[in-house]
Amino acid sequence: MTGNADIYHEIIIDYSRNPANFGKIENHDVTFHDSNPLCGDSIDIDMKIDDNKVTDIKFHGNGCAICMACTSVLTEITKGKSLDDVRKIEKHDILSELGLEHLQAVRIKCALLSLKVLKSALYTYLADHMDDSQGVDKLKEEASSLY
Amino acid sequence: MQSTQSSFENLRNDFPILKRTVRDNKPLVYLDNASTTQKPNQVIDSITDFYRNHNANIHRAVYALAEEATEAYEATRDKIAKFVNIKNRQEIIFVRGTTEAINLVAYAWGRPHIKEGDIIVTTEYEHHSNIVPWQLLTQEKHAKLEYIGMGDNGELILDDLDKYLATGKVKLVTFSLMSNVLGTITDAKKIIEKCKAADVLTLIDGAQAVPHMTVDIESLGCDFFAFSGHKMLGPTGIGVLWVRKSVLETMVPFHGGGDMIREVHKYETTWNDLPYKFEAGTPNIADVVGFGAAIDYLTKIGMDNVRDHEIELTKYAIEKLSAVKGIHIYGTKDLSKRGGVISFNFADVHPHDVAQIVDEEGIAVRSGHHCAQVLMERLNVAATSRASFYIYNTKKEVDLLVNSLNKVAKVFKL
Repeated sequence: MTGNADIYHEIIIDYSRNPANFGKIENHDVTFHDSNPLCGDSIDIDMKIDDNKVTDIKFHGNGCAICMACTSVLTEITKGKSLDDVRKIEKHDILSELGLEHLQAVRIKCALLSLKVLKSALYTYLADHMDDSQGVDKLKEEASSLY
Repeated sequence: MQSTQSSFENLRNDFPILKRTVRDNKPLVYLDNASTTQKPNQVIDSITDFYRNHNANIHRAVYALAEEATEAYEATRDKIAKFVNIKNRQEIIFVRGTTEAINLVAYAWGRPHIKEGDIIVTTEYEHHSNIVPWQLLTQEKHAKLEYIGMGDNGELILDDLDKYLATGKVKLVTFSLMSNVLGTITDAKKIIEKCKAADVLTLIDGAQAVPHMTVDIESLGCDFFAFSGHKMLGPTGIGVLWVRKSVLETMVPFHGGGDMIREVHKYETTWNDLPYKFEAGTPNIADVVGFGAAIDYLTKIGMDNVRDHEIELTKYAIEKLSAVKGIHIYGTKDLSKRGGVISFNFADVHPHDVAQIVDEEGIAVRSGHHCAQVLMERLNVAATSRASFYIYNTKKEVDLLVNSLNKVAKVFKL
């Protein structure tokens, strides 16, 4: 197959069939939900955070193969990372992992929904565990500039 | 014109866009007509001709161009009256589309008439445009929004309506004449009969029905009727709201401004005659003219012929698609009760992925919730793929769709 359908390679199909870290964490420290109003992709991410580290992460929801594969990869990247490192994860980290650097514009939102949910979950957690209002404001500013 | 597949195939020559190729030289197979239709030369040319030769504002100036522009604009109102059988042209209001029409009713009729505790009834298979305006209104007025449920056969459960009407609190029942997802044709006569017996007004969203079948508003007997030009070969940004005059006279203006007034003084204004009271500002003149050309085009084909063509195509497509292992088609199989809209899912493959892979073959189908998330919830799916037909679609295009689905099966190892 040629062109854009190249994106449907083995790894993407495998992840969409058997997503990594799929499920819920009952005693999570933070959870966040978001959806893509255009297509209805819908993702929840739960995280367990100990000592400023993501010790467990799971996701559930509904999405296309691109969305499921990207969310799987993102959870794999995130697991075990410090919150500072999670904050530094960028879209390129996911796209390059799956060979989706040239994904067409209409599908990029499918690929990045999970990153938006992850960052929103992170900021929610950080804001809840922060004393100074200035820091919270800065976080909000950072969050508002997401994709 | 005869309703044969070949005469319909000849119509394709009128649509320049159907000659183009997409994605690596694949002929365009356009199957997203429930969303918007392509435009024939006759429509495109009429808009160009208006701007080239007749452009002026309407209803004001006395010079020649203004007269021509006004005549062309008003001629479409008469064409619409004839096309959907409306006796009184004063009841036809030009709007941007069905969405604006329904919002106009929610605002200009709903705000003065809906009180706390009143009920507005809609259905589970409505487009968001026939849900959200009523949520806004009922929330503001502390009124209630209720839903006529849908059975597994894709048809409405009209016993639900009886239950709501029995409360004596229903002020409006609003429903689509044809579902944009399932293609189900609503039993409008039965609903209207029940509502009339209970002295309740009815609104019909005709966006999907008017382009595809003969619609007779007079004999339907509803009180409000809305439809859009762009889903029936016309330009985007133009649609129609029809309101029974006795109801229209109880409505407050929607937009204030020019053209909708009789006299304006510093602190008071009197309103223009109907329908101009509801057409504030310079309207979408050129596209109204283009809409007129679309109605001429469809009139020439004959709406019964359009319907026959689509029944034949839908029958063929349902047969072919049903033969593909893993395809699940939603809605009724009774072709007398459905239009040329087929929503389906393909095994566990997400509709977005289906749409992307068939797009590689030049085939345009829609994937997603189709602005009908209430229905998606009812069907218990996140999304569907949807193929929807119009006059220029052919059986060969259905075959191409089916072939491309085999490609989906291969990629996803179904």
